[in-house]
Amino acid sequence: MGAPAIELKNICKTFGSITANKNVSLTVNNGEILSLLGENGSGKTTLMNMISGIYFPDAGHIFIDGKEVVIRSPKDAFDHKIGMIHQHFKLVDIFSAAENIVLGLKEKGKFDIKDIEKKVADISAKYGFDIDPSKKIYEMSVSEKQTVEIIKVLYRGANILILDEPTAVLTPQETEKLFAVLKKMKEDGKAIVIITHKLHEVLAISDKVSVLRKGEYIGTVMTSETDESQLTEMMVGKKISLNINREEPEGAQDRLEVKGIDYESIDGVKILDDVSFTARSGEILGIAGISGSGQKELLESIAGLRKLDGGEIIYHNPKTGTSDNLRDRTPTQIKELGVRLSFVPEDRLGMGLVGNMDIIDNMMLRSYKKGKTAFVERKQPRDLAEKIISDLEVVTPSANTPVRRLSGGNIQKVLVGREIAAAPTVLMVAYPVRGLDINSSYLIYKLLNEQKANGVSVIFVGEDLDVLVELCDRIVVLSSGRVTGIVDARNTTKEEIGLLMTGTKGGSSDE
Amino acid sequence: MNEKEKKTREPLFHIAKRPAIEWWKAWLIRGGAIIASLIVCAFIIVILTKQNPLEVYAAMVKGSFGTPRKFWAMLQNLAILLCISLAVTPAFKMKFWNLGAEGQVLFGGLCSMVLMFTVGDKIPNWMLIASMLAASVLGGILWGLFPAVLKAKWGTNESLFTLMMNYIAIQLVAFAIMVWVPSGSSVMGLVNSTTKAGWLPDLFGQKYLINILIVAVLTVVMFIYLKYSKHGYEISVVGESENTARYIGINVKKVIVRTMILSGALCGLAGFLLVSGTNHTISKELAGGNGFTAIMVSWLAKFNPLIMVLTSFLIAFLQKGAGEIATNFKLNTSIADILTGIIIFFIIGCEFFINYQIKSTKSKEGK
Repeated sequence: MGAPAIELKNICKTFGSITANKNVSLTVNNGEILSLLGENGSGKTTLMNMISGIYFPDAGHIFIDGKEVVIRSPKDAFDHKIGMIHQHFKLVDIFSAAENIVLGLKEKGKFDIKDIEKKVADISAKYGFDIDPSKKIYEMSVSEKQTVEIIKVLYRGANILILDEPTAVLTPQETEKLFAVLKKMKEDGKAIVIITHKLHEVLAISDKVSVLRKGEYIGTVMTSETDESQLTEMMVGKKISLNINREEPEGAQDRLEVKGIDYESIDGVKILDDVSFTARSGEILGIAGISGSGQKELLESIAGLRKLDGGEIIYHNPKTGTSDNLRDRTPTQIKELGVRLSFVPEDRLGMGLVGNMDIIDNMMLRSYKKGKTAFVERKQPRDLAEKIISDLEVVTPSANTPVRRLSGGNIQKVLVGREIAAAPTVLMVAYPVRGLDINSSYLIYKLLNEQKANGVSVIFVGEDLDVLVELCDRIVVLSSGRVTGIVDARNTTKEEIGLLMTGTKGGSSDE
Repeated sequence: MNEKEKKTREPLFHIAKRPAIEWWKAWLIRGGAIIASLIVCAFIIVILTKQNPLEVYAAMVKGSFGTPRKFWAMLQNLAILLCISLAVTPAFKMKFWNLGAEGQVLFGGLCSMVLMFTVGDKIPNWMLIASMLAASVLGGILWGLFPAVLKAKWGTNESLFTLMMNYIAIQLVAFAIMVWVPSGSSVMGLVNSTTKAGWLPDLFGQKYLINILIVAVLTVVMFIYLKYSKHGYEISVVGESENTARYIGINVKKVIVRTMILSGALCGLAGFLLVSGTNHTISKELAGGNGFTAIMVSWLAKFNPLIMVLTSFLIAFLQKGAGEIATNFKLNTSIADILTGIIIFFIIGCEFFINYQIKSTKSKEGK
């Protein structure tokens, strides 16, 4: 059937010292759907951004219909009939669907919105979209907005469509509708690439699957000739030994019981769905899952930052022997109950620390209320800051330096140092080593292990499966807000977790 | 191929932000900006008015410092401007855009005037002044609290609400003058000019000294409040990141309301000082735009009350001096505004050069 719609050969892209793509090659034919599969940070979006003109490759070649092309801007991409639907929509809220669709187009002749709306309606009818062209964006649901984005690229005559995690924000019914539309487009001869990490969707919709892992191209398989376990193995790779120290938990007692909690976003999407697990003292409980499976909401619910729609969070106080329900309590109320809960959030500078304040003032965040006077006391925070700087080898000009001026690893040391200094009984950490170099990462593992040895119940949300399997004692796996399994980290494999993460293996397993 | 991709590339967006700059360099840049602005102004003066720019500048200085009377008047202007700047500062530090200082001052002043006008001769003077002070502060609080509560409760836009409250205050004052002045004139004369009831007394023979001292004390107190108190710390955290504030258990709504009470109270105080200490009458122009100028003073000083003494001095001096040259050289008053605008533009603009470096981009990006 002639030359492929798009062909990539040996594409490379680096950002500073980080390699985002290394020698990636793939081919998509007309009338074909290709899934681009990979974990978070495996370089899928970077690759597609190079096709749609947002980034420019360092090396490699791009061929469209057999001819080599250079794509320097999104406009070049449009000229080659490439359209990308981004994960975060780029629409003007107060405009109607039709107005958004033609926005930026320089068509000759009179601007006739009726005519445009008719054309939009024609496209909708052709592929089976369900959309009112005169509806304003701010009145639309997420799935409608996505439809507008897709029609936008079709209106511009796109022949190659790239969808970046299109199902991440959709309900199962909406996903089905989207897939039906995609199939129609495929029959119409369009070449389609979907970026995803949901295995069952890959199997349901695509003709071929290309897998990336840590920026490297692993291979392409025909969907009809593969299965979940092969894809998982390609995605997560062979086990790498990291030699992280792990002691047996001692005298583990139930510390924090999460019982059937539910949480819905304002759009009515279920973020947490009947999540239950127990965190014990003296152990590290891992939480694994594709990003956006509800990890953030789970931790924030425990910390008292979100109002739950159902369930209970029971804290067993080791000092008093009492059990308290933490649900619907504010962080201050939780503290007043005598619960020593520390939390290292994912968003370090946006939540855990204040970037414009110096290290000393950031130390005070947790303790500034201490003392009876109306004035803050900076002596203890200063001592604590000095201690953390020397103990954790924070590289900083002084304790008076605003934390935003520090490097990522040092920012994290300041945050983790402060949270540990509060002598917690429960320590929650979210992606604590993201963006950190090897040495800083190992320092964080060491600190977590020390806390474990002190009898702290550590809850560790991670993304690197190798780390989770070697560091944790047990691992809770989340998939789309549900617990798909709780596994013993000593007797599990990355493949098992990978399968649970992608949500195809239901129910709970051993405990 | 493998080796080739290792050639390093500049990141896509390269912002040449300066690391911390030495304080003397920063002040050198600021000084340079003022000199540059004066040079530009000189050209404007020569082109538009054909006057000798040096004479014009000299007249500006003379206009502000020339006689003791002018000097004290300038200090009084400075004190009021500084007082309102101090008032808006906690709110701005919290990123609560209080554009309603004008109205809060005006309403506070109106509350004072009501008492001064109605019970002026019926109660002892100290009691009158004390109750005027209390009424002004409460009035300012009321005007500031209303938008704050709405924002805390329903997330309304505080800029719009505070701004609109200004017009309500202006119309209330217009209404009050209409009722109080029987002749139907829109100008109210001095109130209690014979008994001086409700007038702040002279101190050491200086009419404005009490105003100035009160604001001086306030400046120090506000500096300490923002820098060393728990409230001040909470204001900083809420202003920097509401998420962090929630994370550590700060009740963000409470902080917003509390801070606006403070902000409104100080605006009300400024209204009291204007009515009782300076004007002894009221008009729609009581605040004279200082409610907006104060925002500039506060920002220029980066919300530091001590530096605000300098910035408010600068602006008060420019206003006074510019007015002076307009009358001295028989110029249109607009020229004074043009000069003030140019000077302030340079002063604000130079902050960019303190924070950023101009670096020549040597390698062109592949895009």
